[in-house]
Amino acid sequence: MSRIRCMITKEFQQLRRDRRMRPILIIAPVMQILILGYAADTEVRDVPLAIYDQDSSQQSRALAQAFVSSRSFLVADRSSSFGEMEAAITGGHSEIGLVIPPSFGADLESGRGAQIQLLVDGTRSNTATVAMAYATATATSFARRLIASATTIGAAGPAVEARTRVWYNPDLKSRRFMIPGVFALLIMVFTVILTSLAIVKEKEIGTLEQLIVTPLARHELIIGKLAPFVIISLVIITLTLGASWLFFGIVPRGSLGLLYALSLALVLSTLGMGLLVSTISRNQQQAMMFSIFLFMFPMMILSGFVFPIENMPAPIRALTYLMPLRYYLIIIRGIFLKGSDLSVLWPQLLPLLGIGTAVIGISIARFHKQLD
Amino acid sequence: MASAIEVRDLCKSFGAFRAVDGISFSVPQGTVFGLLGANGAGKSTTIRMLCGLLAPSSGMARVAGCDIAKDPEGVKRSIGYMSQKFSLYEDLTVIENLRFFAGLYGLAPRRIETEAGEIMSLTGLAGREASLAAELSAGYRQRLALGCALLHSPRVLFLDEPTAGVDPAARRVFWDIIYRLADSGSTVLITTHYLDEAEYCGTVTLMHAGRIVAAGSPGQLKRERFPGRLVEVECDNPEAALAALKADPRIEEAALFGTRLHAAIAPGAGELIVEGILASRGVGLSRAESILPSLEDVFIRVISESEKEDRP
Repeated sequence: MSRIRCMITKEFQQLRRDRRMRPILIIAPVMQILILGYAADTEVRDVPLAIYDQDSSQQSRALAQAFVSSRSFLVADRSSSFGEMEAAITGGHSEIGLVIPPSFGADLESGRGAQIQLLVDGTRSNTATVAMAYATATATSFARRLIASATTIGAAGPAVEARTRVWYNPDLKSRRFMIPGVFALLIMVFTVILTSLAIVKEKEIGTLEQLIVTPLARHELIIGKLAPFVIISLVIITLTLGASWLFFGIVPRGSLGLLYALSLALVLSTLGMGLLVSTISRNQQQAMMFSIFLFMFPMMILSGFVFPIENMPAPIRALTYLMPLRYYLIIIRGIFLKGSDLSVLWPQLLPLLGIGTAVIGISIARFHKQLD
Repeated sequence: MASAIEVRDLCKSFGAFRAVDGISFSVPQGTVFGLLGANGAGKSTTIRMLCGLLAPSSGMARVAGCDIAKDPEGVKRSIGYMSQKFSLYEDLTVIENLRFFAGLYGLAPRRIETEAGEIMSLTGLAGREASLAAELSAGYRQRLALGCALLHSPRVLFLDEPTAGVDPAARRVFWDIIYRLADSGSTVLITTHYLDEAEYCGTVTLMHAGRIVAAGSPGQLKRERFPGRLVEVECDNPEAALAALKADPRIEEAALFGTRLHAAIAPGAGELIVEGILASRGVGLSRAESILPSLEDVFIRVISESEKEDRP
């Protein structure tokens, strides 16, 4: 035990002297929260809109007004021909175009039902999808108001109407959704890269060999190298929590203790990955590359952090079950947004612990073998 | 006297390559033993097996009474090891490095401070406690690495090329420390490239292609290998002179040392035959005198002989 303490003391003495790494450890979590909190905002607001009103009736102006007064759109162009509208969308001034046909007012008056056309710039598919949904909703609510004012009771109007209520994140703020993801990402990046670098560095300068000729037992060596990163990951979690509270007022709804405890379950597998990377790399550059391409990219892409898992083809979806981040994202979003507790989260915790144990077991076995 | 290191028929193969090919030797307690040879001769592999870092393929060895194959942990407790690169934590200070290794060897906190103090005065590091290892000169860094290997008062010390890249004055200081350790009863096994340093060893062993090709005290080796006289020659055409001397049966061995030649004369033949041979070939001689052989002469001779034997 005293040897392990000796190793941990040494790691922190080295970290204290590392002028480049120390600020990264503190600044990176705060920066990431700020950047992803603001920039990775997937909310759609003020979509530039082009309107081509061929009708210019009272009804068409009312429809256009409904779009203008919606917070989602900003009128960028008033086109007077299809050509102008095309130019506006192709030129990028507008991302969505509303075409009101000449018969719009007359069709409404006669009760035949009117049509409008929406042109959407599909090159920005995320925005396009959301903007289209907003536009449809705006048109629908316009129609509903029209019906309500024009009809007497019992007349036309949808018999069943879906009214959506969004739970846990009622205003669909993407920030609330992103910040827990940033947590997961930071823990993963720091523990995988730092652990592998710390071990490979000792290999490079030859101190690992020096450690092996001392009576330091292998398990003491491994625990001594990994334990500091458990502590560092707790610091990163705390900094990230603090930054998201300070800048965005976002705090987890669930228990903080549970959040820390379940985060350590993720750290188990990420430390294992770091150790594994250190056994296959000869130098720090290799360790960096292996960490990024073998673990971090696949985890980011296949965990549901970037792309929804439900949309993946079955064989790829099967792979996602191997990604510790997949389970952790559900856990951390659950604790942050829903205030979930262990009674709900255990089905995620078990595979997370299982993968962690397997990864760390394989790496320890490989690490031992390599020393012999 | 009890042997601190006892090696019998030790072998290590890496795949088809035999790095160490059946070596045997023993090192008495309190002596300085030099293991010499070119890169790839098998010195480092031997040291790493004796330290318990590598398992031998066959054969046995005991270090400080512990069998290296059966009790590598026992070996580790009683030895100090300084690897080729004198690996230290450059981002730790002198005293932090010492405290760290003392802790790993399980020294009690109070003993750590007294041992560290003693080591610093032995190695001349006193006053530099707070310097980062990276800021030390090569000579001081080497002594710090040695100090880290000495904290637990090991009975046997393994030094793998400890003087590589260190200036001659600092090497001298280092050897003074080695002698002091041997005088106080420690056994030192050292590998080196510098043959002038090998002269300081009580016993030297020359390895070539994984085998021991010569062993003994430096004086003994010189007497055995050069029973006749050794003549150093300076002349205007060393290449032609070398060919002429090698062709003559009365010359046992001739080798080029820079612009000079060393010629070993067969016992019984006179010293003047060198002048005779060169004059008959028309080589202008500027100087020829009898010298004492150095270990370098011995090793060149031993290795060329063993290479001749290897060739069918």
